[in-house]
Amino acid sequence: MPKSLISIHDFTKEEILHILDVAKDFEANKAQPILRDKIVATLFFEPSTRTRLSFETAANRLGARVIGFSDVVNTSVSKGETLKDTIKMVSNYVDIIVIRHPLEGSSRYASEVASVPVINAGDGANQHPSQTLLDLYTIRQTQGRLDNIDINMVGDLKYGRTVHSLLQALSHFSPKFTFTAPDELKMPYEYKVFLDKKGIPYKETADLSEGIADTDILYMTRVQQERFTDIMEYEKVKNCYSLTAGMLENARKNMKILHPLPRINEIAQDVDDTPHAYYFKQAENGVYVRMAIIAYLLGYK
Amino acid sequence: MENTRKELKVSAIENGTVLDHIPSNQLFKVIRILNLDECKNQITFGTNLESKLLGKKAIIKVADRYFADDEINRIALVAPQAKINIIKNFEVVQKKIISVPREIEGIVKCGNPKCITNHQPVKTRFTTVMSDNGKFLLHCHYCEKDTMSDNMTILSNK
Repeated sequence: MPKSLISIHDFTKEEILHILDVAKDFEANKAQPILRDKIVATLFFEPSTRTRLSFETAANRLGARVIGFSDVVNTSVSKGETLKDTIKMVSNYVDIIVIRHPLEGSSRYASEVASVPVINAGDGANQHPSQTLLDLYTIRQTQGRLDNIDINMVGDLKYGRTVHSLLQALSHFSPKFTFTAPDELKMPYEYKVFLDKKGIPYKETADLSEGIADTDILYMTRVQQERFTDIMEYEKVKNCYSLTAGMLENARKNMKILHPLPRINEIAQDVDDTPHAYYFKQAENGVYVRMAIIAYLLGYK
Repeated sequence: MENTRKELKVSAIENGTVLDHIPSNQLFKVIRILNLDECKNQITFGTNLESKLLGKKAIIKVADRYFADDEINRIALVAPQAKINIIKNFEVVQKKIISVPREIEGIVKCGNPKCITNHQPVKTRFTTVMSDNGKFLLHCHYCEKDTMSDNMTILSNK
């Protein structure tokens, strides 16, 4: 079975650092068409703007050609074709497959059926490892290191897959966590047990203003209305988790705000003009990191 | 009073395997997990028998059949305290203690409704994770979610 990237656990600490180094090289020198004779499939069984476009940009920058679909309406999936059959067929056409699918575990299954490497671009609420790698890349870029980072994760810490994967990946690098979330959306018990076992410190708060002054990274996520059973509860918390420029007065100079995007109202527009805003650069970094992932899995870097 | 004669509720077998101390409410799950409904050997079983340990227990006797360890260990999912006796010439020649296998394929349904295994013809696959209270979790190889041993649904073996 060729090497795939399905879950952030699939990469060792050394492989993670290698990907970040390769990505840095691609950022410095964007035109490296080393995959000119390759074809990349992007199979998006559910819609996504950023992830699909950045994977396709990455493939194009590497000189590869891209085939695929961005919704299933015009494919034989809508006729009831199984995922297995779609993957079997596509893996005979292309050199590497990028897949996003609403069902959890679908990418792992695809990687077992495919004869070419598979990159998970999100399987439901489960994993989205290229997001995690680009988050790590951005943290290293802004802080000059990955070790001993103070990071405050804010918003939906219960269902947010990006914070869970990032937490697991950062556990290689002795971080210090603050978890800022309303009661309904607190970091699940199993992740706190995981941190306890690794001896990684964390504190929990429901108050966003508390954890801004003493952190290197403020990792914002969206608080989604549909996560709340009580709509009144949502109305109560939604504004507590919206960051404005005025709240950043006491922030460290090196503090950067990250967000997996799309943002709705959790970061006010006036934050964009502060030196702390970094989420658009973070999204750009996604291209270099995805170039690195594709090149690495195809054995070129 | 005759104390020497022990009357068996389920008659003895000459050769084969006795599965004892199965909780009564798990009897048919054990039958399903071991595919005994397809087995051609002579099988006798009793259920709702008195048991000091379990209150009500079930017992299954399969004549002329011996199970491989990884086969028999699968019943640890539903009857972890079951005792396995290997019978030769009406005598117990070996007692086996079952243990929860590290990996489980098939048998159990993933508890996550959004898991691929609940939507497409994909065989379930789990690793078992023991917790402190003697219970265990099934960690899904695909969706990476945990199913508690209390909430397991047994799949038919087809």
